[in-house]
Amino acid sequence: MSLQTQELLLNVGPQHPSTHGVARFRVWLDGEVVTNLEVVVGYLHRGIEKLAETRTYTQVIPLTDRLDYLCSITNNLAYCLAVEKLAGVKVPERAEYIRVIMSELQRVASHLMSVGFLLNELGAYFTPIIYCFRDREKIVDLFEMVSGQRMMYTYLRVGGVSQDLPEEFIPAVKRLIVDLRKAVDEYEALLSGNEILLARMKGVGVLSPELAVNASASGPVLRASGIKWDIRRAEPYSIYDRFKFDIPTAKNGDCYDRYWVRIEEMKQSLNIVEQALRDLPGGEIRSEVPALIRPPKGDVYRHIEAPRGDLGFYIVSDGSIAPYRIHIKPPTLINLTTMKDLCVGWKIADFIVIFGSIDVVLGEMDR
Amino acid sequence: MTLLNQFIEWLDNYWPHWASYLTSAIVGVLIVVIFVILGIIVVILTERRLLGRFQVRLGPNRVGPEGIFQAFADAVKVLTKEDIVPKAADHWVHWLAPVISFIPVIMVFAVVPVASGAIFADLNVGVLYLAAVSSLSVLGMFMAGWGSNNKYSLVAALRSVSQMVGYELPIVFALLAVVAAAGSMSLNRIVEAQSAAPFFLLQPLGFIIYFIASLAEINRSPFDLLEADSEIVAGVHTEYSGMKFAMFYLGEYGHAFGASCIIATLFLGGWQGPFLPGFFWFLIKGFVVFFLMIWVRATLPRVRVDQLTAIGWKLLLPLSIFNLLIVALEQIFWPGMFPWLLIGVNLLAGLALILLVGRAVTIRGGRVEV
Repeated sequence: MSLQTQELLLNVGPQHPSTHGVARFRVWLDGEVVTNLEVVVGYLHRGIEKLAETRTYTQVIPLTDRLDYLCSITNNLAYCLAVEKLAGVKVPERAEYIRVIMSELQRVASHLMSVGFLLNELGAYFTPIIYCFRDREKIVDLFEMVSGQRMMYTYLRVGGVSQDLPEEFIPAVKRLIVDLRKAVDEYEALLSGNEILLARMKGVGVLSPELAVNASASGPVLRASGIKWDIRRAEPYSIYDRFKFDIPTAKNGDCYDRYWVRIEEMKQSLNIVEQALRDLPGGEIRSEVPALIRPPKGDVYRHIEAPRGDLGFYIVSDGSIAPYRIHIKPPTLINLTTMKDLCVGWKIADFIVIFGSIDVVLGEMDR
Repeated sequence: MTLLNQFIEWLDNYWPHWASYLTSAIVGVLIVVIFVILGIIVVILTERRLLGRFQVRLGPNRVGPEGIFQAFADAVKVLTKEDIVPKAADHWVHWLAPVISFIPVIMVFAVVPVASGAIFADLNVGVLYLAAVSSLSVLGMFMAGWGSNNKYSLVAALRSVSQMVGYELPIVFALLAVVAAAGSMSLNRIVEAQSAAPFFLLQPLGFIIYFIASLAEINRSPFDLLEADSEIVAGVHTEYSGMKFAMFYLGEYGHAFGASCIIATLFLGGWQGPFLPGFFWFLIKGFVVFFLMIWVRATLPRVRVDQLTAIGWKLLLPLSIFNLLIVALEQIFWPGMFPWLLIGVNLLAGLALILLVGRAVTIRGGRVEV
């Protein structure tokens, strides 16, 4: 009897411990080695773009919360910026600062989750992720203080923000920044030099700069490949041109670099929050906007640097109270298109880690 | 003279010898089984509570004071759960696998002396028995992975074989060094040989090798590839539920408890110690080792499968051979040497060897062209 071997087709997901929700992959395996990979998306499709067409411009804001549910504020921001440009609404100075403070805190919260989940996928038995949750919790507490919500904030409005910062917010943020800096240093002490972590992530899943650009990857995934492109600096929106911050980039484009870029970005975001707190002016938090916004006919595209990359909103208006069409450009779906090139030739365990290092949120990918 | 033999002699006053022999065997087995089950329950609770402390949370603390009855609540839950067997599974293999992986756990304890004279079978080939029995559980793991007819389980089953084969050798070589130093394969004699200085001081390298290889042998983090939940869902027990899953769960902790007790016996001087009775020293030492395992689990990420085998074959195996060589040479040329000198020499030699071999081999591994 002659023995034969054949490739094993493994269906990873939609129900799997580390698919960040309901991502699905069809993975062809030769032993442990991935020889081919296919991404199947759409399991969390809720028709948000279509739903948006049946709502007024303000009513769409809660829907945007539900896109990338780990960074709702930046989704709000991208949408509001687009509508403001379409309707020609001005935003008061104080609201701009509040938006920056909130979205940078949101970036830290989101990167904390990303790092925590990545470490969980590396097999560090829940310790890093619970540490990350502990620190994210402090940020979420502040968001609750401001907006009354812990996850779906719906805090931003067209022309400003929904309510002013409470008195106790600013001292609390100052304490938080001190705490978070300590926490980030703690992660670096625990994780960054760990021999097993280095062995698992250094050189694994290398995304070349050429492929990163051709695939139009964005966010930490792009910057880890050595391309210094951050929309906050390249096409400054809101008031980002007023702050001093670095754009951390790495050279190799492997999983470790993507992890490292996120750690460094957290530090930079804390710097931005500090500067914004220093300059925070008084005054109005929302400009006069009618309850039913009727932007003139036309279309608009605005994109921002969300924690996971280039988040864009394309809105077409027919002059009525509801958008005629909204299209959302999700950064994670586009970053995920590089999956096959990164994974082929690596083992199952690496494939999970590469997926974790790309850091997707299914709510945004499938919309 | 073990306690069991004394018991037989006492029974002989009343019964014929065969009856007392049989009675003592049954009583001994019952005691060992109860000891193991109780030990596993305590170990599970310890692990869950301590992991909680490591992870800035409380851990189970609702059932009974400080959660001490949590394990019983879990047992009730697991017993009342539906037992689901996949349609395409190999029923006999699927049914037998948890049993086969659990039984060696109890068998291991037959040769472990828990106190002076308190040993079920003082085999003169105790160490050999240990090595043989503790590697039996891989059979259960492989059967579970193969019989479940699940692709994740199959991957885990194949991993289990490479893992066990790779780590059995360093374990055996580390054991041989202990045997060479003690001059006997009986675990009782090995404990007695450590009255001057425990072997983890005399053979620090052997202790480290044995500890690391044990972690791989019992599938504990960072070598928990068989049930790598982030990669292959639950590995070999993906398709198990109810009491069968509980058997695996108990077996896993039983192995961890067994490995801790064996390390305590082989390297930490077993039941020997001042002031307290021997049994307490044994438990204290066992739990110190188990604490180390929990600490490792709470801290380290998991290694990859090729790195796992690389660590076993490239790093631990040469180190364990060198360790055996050093110990054997010392036994030949410096028999009865002043222990403190040996400790110093072996510490330095171990450190130098770890640095040397660690530099010489590469563990990381790269991309495979497909």
